[in-house]
Amino acid sequence: MSFDLMEIDFAPLIISLRAATMATIVTFFLGIAAAYFVSGYQGKFKGLIDGVLTLPLVLPPTVLGFLLLVLFGKNGPLGKFLTAIGTTVIFSWPATVIAASVVAFPLMYRTVRSSFEQIDQNIIYAARTLGVSEWKIFWKITIPLSWPGVAAGTVLAFARALGDFGATLMIGGNIPGKTLTIPAAIFFAAESGDMNKALLWVILIFIISLIVMTLMNYWTDYQRKLIISAGRK
Amino acid sequence: MKKVSWLLVLSFSLLIILSSVGCNANNAAQSPEKTTQVEPVEIMVSAAASLQNSLTELQKDYAQKKPEVKLTFNFGSSGTLQQQIEQGAPADLFISAGKSQMDALGQKDLLVKESRIDLLGNDLVLVTGKEDKKVTSLEDLAKADVGKISIGTPESVPAGKYAQEALTSLKLWDQLTPKFVLAKDVTQVLNYVETGNVDAGLVYQSDAQGSDKVKVVMALPESSHKPIVYPAAIISATKNQQAAEDFLNYLQSSDAQKVFTQYGFKSIAK
Repeated sequence: MSFDLMEIDFAPLIISLRAATMATIVTFFLGIAAAYFVSGYQGKFKGLIDGVLTLPLVLPPTVLGFLLLVLFGKNGPLGKFLTAIGTTVIFSWPATVIAASVVAFPLMYRTVRSSFEQIDQNIIYAARTLGVSEWKIFWKITIPLSWPGVAAGTVLAFARALGDFGATLMIGGNIPGKTLTIPAAIFFAAESGDMNKALLWVILIFIISLIVMTLMNYWTDYQRKLIISAGRK
Repeated sequence: MKKVSWLLVLSFSLLIILSSVGCNANNAAQSPEKTTQVEPVEIMVSAAASLQNSLTELQKDYAQKKPEVKLTFNFGSSGTLQQQIEQGAPADLFISAGKSQMDALGQKDLLVKESRIDLLGNDLVLVTGKEDKKVTSLEDLAKADVGKISIGTPESVPAGKYAQEALTSLKLWDQLTPKFVLAKDVTQVLNYVETGNVDAGLVYQSDAQGSDKVKVVMALPESSHKPIVYPAAIISATKNQQAAEDFLNYLQSSDAQKVFTQYGFKSIAK
């Protein structure tokens, strides 16, 4: 296997990392907020809301991409609004962030929600009877107790965001140096028979994913030990 | 809670009943066939995705002509199909949208060489949204008020390769490069044009004809790109060479070619 490293354009690496990182930040907050809302909500629409929020996990990414294209496209409701304020997201790098966020969101939301629901409610009731504000309960009790779930959700969301291909390609298009992510670069390299290039990207994305997940695992373990030792005091 | 479990039981039993009815119907339909036919043959055809509609129609016709032959199609991009065949996927016949994929298989001795023919032709056309009046000629593409233009990725999509050739020979390629959105296949190009997210796209006549949301502005001059052909060949690993040859001959018959032209393809005289 021989190829000139200088000939490879490394833009997809930057684009992928930017999209995955920003999407992880977005889903981190949106996912926690949605999980908090749904786990506290007891109305009859709970099942429906949960279904809608989980839908991106079930839909094929290209279908999701098509829906996003219709929504954010020139004639779509959000697209029209964006055009009115003088901007478009389709075929630009924010499109890669939007696509990655949407596909990653359910993983964050579901993981965090289940860890929220595993918290012993008596602790929260106790805090309430002691007059602690809901805001403080959330930050001092709910989040620390469900931290492993939050961390796991974040890792999953990052991995999913980094790996997305279908939805990203649909609303981002393949514009080399602007919206071409690593998974898309792998696809196009493999399709055109350039197996060396495809392999290089596969190895790269493999290494990145592995490093991120391993680091996150060690960090979560470390945090968990901190919580346990704090509990012993 | 009780209600829910009853509902579950009910829906499950309904599912079981329905599926068993389905099985029976199948058996009933198959049994008389088994007694009359000698040996059913199955042919796997790997074909370019753009042929899906026309081949599905021809499949029905062929089932009447030769009921003992069961046709199975695997539609995909020509590049993917080529890779699959190289990796030993079971295919008897390959119909590619581009010559290069067929050439690659030929070089690796995966084809029955003498079976290779050029089955069909196609035109490359410029399409815009149905209501769009901005683009009326190829030269308009360079105008400032014409935004994004979509074509297939030249390295992997044959239609994109032809588009690149044509625009290069018409001296428009360099000028238009900043406006390009490269798509993973022709369907995606059509999608972008249909939803109005690009102002124009270059696709095959047969693809444009299948969509009622785009209009064909013009066909690109044939002299501007290599002739568009769909080569077909029998895969050397086939176990049913005779049946595959018969089907390939059928596809070249005037009846079959007529169906192809209805879908926007060009018939190539042998």
